[in-house]
Amino acid sequence: MKRDIKINVHHLTRVEGHGNIVVNVKNGKVEKCEWQVPEAPRFFEAMVRGRHYSEVARITSRICGICSVGHTLASLKATEAALGIRVTEQTRKLRMLLKHAENFDSHVLHVYFLAAPDLLGAPSVFPLVKTHAPVVARALRLKRLAHEWGSLIGGRTTHPTTCIPGGFAKLPTTQEILWLKEKLLAAVPDLQETLKTVLSLAGAVPAFERPTEYIALSSDTEYPLYDGVVQSTLPDASKERYLVADYRKVTNEYMTAASTAKFARNKLQSYAAGALARFNNNFDRLLPEAKDAASLLGLKPVCANPYMNTIAQVVEIVQSAYDSLRIIDELITAGVRDEGLVKPSKFSKGAGAVEVPRGILFHEYAYDNDGMCTMGNCIIPTNQNHANIQGDFDKLVPELLAQGKTEKQMELALEMLVRAYDPCISCSTHYLDVRFVR
Amino acid sequence: MAKAKVAFFDFACCEGCQIEFTNYGEPAFLELLKHVEVVEFREAMSEKSKDPIDIAFIEGSFTREADRPRLEEIRRRAKVVIAYGQCATTAGINALKNHAADYKQCVYGKDASMPHLESQKALGVDKAIKVDYYAWGCPVNKYEVLQIVAHLLHGKEPVIPNYPVCVECKRRETVCRYEESDHCMGQTARAGCGAPCPADGIPCEACRGFVDNPNLAALKKVLMQRAGFSESRSESKSRMFTANQREDAR
Repeated sequence: MKRDIKINVHHLTRVEGHGNIVVNVKNGKVEKCEWQVPEAPRFFEAMVRGRHYSEVARITSRICGICSVGHTLASLKATEAALGIRVTEQTRKLRMLLKHAENFDSHVLHVYFLAAPDLLGAPSVFPLVKTHAPVVARALRLKRLAHEWGSLIGGRTTHPTTCIPGGFAKLPTTQEILWLKEKLLAAVPDLQETLKTVLSLAGAVPAFERPTEYIALSSDTEYPLYDGVVQSTLPDASKERYLVADYRKVTNEYMTAASTAKFARNKLQSYAAGALARFNNNFDRLLPEAKDAASLLGLKPVCANPYMNTIAQVVEIVQSAYDSLRIIDELITAGVRDEGLVKPSKFSKGAGAVEVPRGILFHEYAYDNDGMCTMGNCIIPTNQNHANIQGDFDKLVPELLAQGKTEKQMELALEMLVRAYDPCISCSTHYLDVRFVR
Repeated sequence: MAKAKVAFFDFACCEGCQIEFTNYGEPAFLELLKHVEVVEFREAMSEKSKDPIDIAFIEGSFTREADRPRLEEIRRRAKVVIAYGQCATTAGINALKNHAADYKQCVYGKDASMPHLESQKALGVDKAIKVDYYAWGCPVNKYEVLQIVAHLLHGKEPVIPNYPVCVECKRRETVCRYEESDHCMGQTARAGCGAPCPADGIPCEACRGFVDNPNLAALKKVLMQRAGFSESRSESKSRMFTANQREDAR
């Protein structure tokens, strides 16, 4: 069937930041099929130059409101690597607990508020307040829990206050950690109901596969969000590891004419980061409760359906709750102690990585002998995903045409695909691939 | 009483202030929805309209001439325009780049001249359109935002503080950062946040901007004399979120 199709989604909704989808089909032939990122660039790497090391994380936190905890922690890890600071085990545990809160928070937001309306045939969460009141109330309860959990450790969840180089400016008390444990235990029924709701909607997740490379942090001891090395999993399940300090060998960013964000590639034409990439790389390290959730929802590694990223997020919601209970028990046993800050032992260059909700995030800085920043580089998961989204478009559009889908159905399928990546576009326009000299 | 029609719009920013809107939790969020109807909120909903709006929240800075028509269209539709968050009020952290002439080369290198990377100085949205109220802060104080909305729904003028953060530290009995051998900008910073940062053990960096008529010469002097900063560091420190509010604003 020789058809003409014109899709032009300007400023896609229910994603963080601004993205466009443009598809032109003439006589059944795809003439243009593009994922464009027109977000206004903000130039963060230029802003950190000449800034004291104590200020840098609080500036780069402002790259993204949803993953500001992740930006803060990646920034601190890079600064601490550059300053020869090794944080204590207690600091590591508290930061992991905070990282879990952010991933839990962001995944709840994405699954319930941004993705679920598509699966329920609604344009947004607001009509669901009337039609699915208990589900919306549950989503708001889980969101509130994540906010209180993150605020207890980080001071607040949007641009955290307490996390500073060398440790914490303010610590929660053991009593407060106990309170958090009770809150998390009380949320277990809501988690079970979440799994039931998602299972009932899982049939609406489109079937589409495109084998690609998956990149995430990896560790031999835990399902990593805060620590680990960089790992790649290829479609044949072969794996390769890289040091965080060598991240540029993995990300290989390049510029395109249609986007203010850079694109990335490693071994293949594109790669994916995010919950599905973490799941595909680290399935063996999931806790039993999270493995059960994956099996209930039919998610198996290596999964090559990008729409399943939302399902992987649900598995990670469970993982974050139970892994946090484990960390909390360790903190309670040891008791939270006031340890003071670990001081810098040198001023040089360093890189750090953490897993933010949308995937692996790299920060790198150099400091002069006065502790002032001379170079900054941030590589954001969403711009590591842009090329992969484009790759999916290139395979999906001809498939949808062959299936005889209408223009409207194609548009929705493409929108849902981009939303499944849960892109964080305002993040992704802040990259740097060029060194600067003061 | 008909529900007030409320809409959210975003420009150059991190969208964290919109996220604060989702952090009220169940009771406050659902209660708020009894009084307002959210008609447009791209980050959370696909519904769009061209209809008049009672309250428009604009997040993000005005950084591209290309964004002016969108801002003018919002102004045309909205009875009340609120600059929502520091990027929209004074351009906040975004304005830090205004002092670096080479910011485009620094970030995009040899690709810096590509036409779609156009970016002028980062400015508050009131440099493009008239703004009625300002919700300061990076991020906004979500409870202050509730108060602003409640005042507007009752036809009252919102009360937005114009005194320094020091007042709020004293009120909650936080020990001064200078007593802890640290530095702070609370003397000239606009209050209304509740002073969470000094209470959490870090300095106030004036993320809500300065009060009206701040004594910046004294701020610089205090940073040098009491915190031991060099002249250049006290300059750069006092510019952190406030580059567009200083006499040397570019």
